[in-house]
Amino acid sequence: MNRSTIDLWVGIFVTIGLGAIVFLALKVGNLTSLDTKPAYRLEAHFDNIGGLKLRAPVKAAGVIVGRVESVRLDPKSYEAVVTLRIDEGYQFSKDTIASILTSGLLGEVYIGLEAGGDPQNLADGGRVGKTQSAIVIEKLISQFLFDKAAGGGAK
Amino acid sequence: MPLSALADGVRRIGAGTVHAIARAGFATRFFVAVIMHSPAAFRRLQLTAREIYFSGVLSLVVIMVSGLFVGMVLGLQGYDVLNKYGAGDSLGIFVGLSLVRELGPVVAGLLFASRAGSAVTAEIGLMKTTEQLSAMEMMAVDPLARIVAPRFWGGVISMPLLAALFSVMGVFGAYIVGVRLIGVDNGTFWGNMQAGIEFWPDITNGIVKSIVFGIAVSLIAVFEGYDAKPTAEGVSAATTRTVVGGSLAILALDFILTVFMFRGLGNG
Repeated sequence: MNRSTIDLWVGIFVTIGLGAIVFLALKVGNLTSLDTKPAYRLEAHFDNIGGLKLRAPVKAAGVIVGRVESVRLDPKSYEAVVTLRIDEGYQFSKDTIASILTSGLLGEVYIGLEAGGDPQNLADGGRVGKTQSAIVIEKLISQFLFDKAAGGGAK
Repeated sequence: MPLSALADGVRRIGAGTVHAIARAGFATRFFVAVIMHSPAAFRRLQLTAREIYFSGVLSLVVIMVSGLFVGMVLGLQGYDVLNKYGAGDSLGIFVGLSLVRELGPVVAGLLFASRAGSAVTAEIGLMKTTEQLSAMEMMAVDPLARIVAPRFWGGVISMPLLAALFSVMGVFGAYIVGVRLIGVDNGTFWGNMQAGIEFWPDITNGIVKSIVFGIAVSLIAVFEGYDAKPTAEGVSAATTRTVVGGSLAILALDFILTVFMFRGLGNG
């Protein structure tokens, strides 16, 4: 085995190996996500975030416009403070409503943004004023049962 | 009489412990020495390229064929179970995550230990047995720089590339079975995979794992070869130790790395 043949094979090997890593990054993972694009941050306060996770999508009209960057608890108001990283191409008016939604019954939890009519837009670091918390199914069921029981008693 | 038998037993435990610690110490010093001699391996890149050829290029066939079959089996079995819960569409993310996070690095590492690690150990062990290493020292050529370091780095460089190739072939195998044979929708397969697998941390952690496994297996292989008893039996025992020790090291390291990498990922 002479030197140039070895070099050739090693070159082929390293090339397809690196190609495999690139394939994993682009085709299997989603490196081409919004993270690399310029973005700005918005804050939203929720009473209850349910099963919201870091990096969960932020959608407007079903289109992904950003990701959840951080979740923390406000120690004074006991509200969850969620920081959203929104792609700079999308601007939202000041009276935008942010709600925590679930895709399907058991699907992933995401944040839905509904733009309002205010001509002024939210700036970087701005706070989404109107929010709707996650619907906790257990609470919903217990409420339903309670209503049923109350209704039955009155009859 | 029973007392002396007891003392013998305890003595054996003591001797075993001392031997194990001494070997661990020697292995650590050996590792440091290999790292110290590594610049030589990169100054004479031709030596390292040769070892990448022997460790990496010649392992390509076994890695790629195994990856393909592992992926096809994952596709079949995964679809079978997922479909019971009406989640057959999640096949892509199931296969992708298992390959990228675990199976790619681990199975490629195990194959690498038995295919390339054993060869390196046998080669160095035989060089020692036939006193080629001593001959080099006589000629003022440091065998650590000339023989050991290039083999170590050849393995460390080859391993992540082989693991990535294994994962890609696995995904391809699952694609053949899932999409072409069973009939999962093509767009759903790739879309779910891309939605569920993040470059950071899933793929990068897989790459980190394969690099760690590469270092572990290569170090064990060159160390066992260098430390082999200079007899035919000694070389064969060292080769066995490389495969057994390398495989166990990969599985143990995999558990430790997984605990640190993926603990608490799910709950943000």
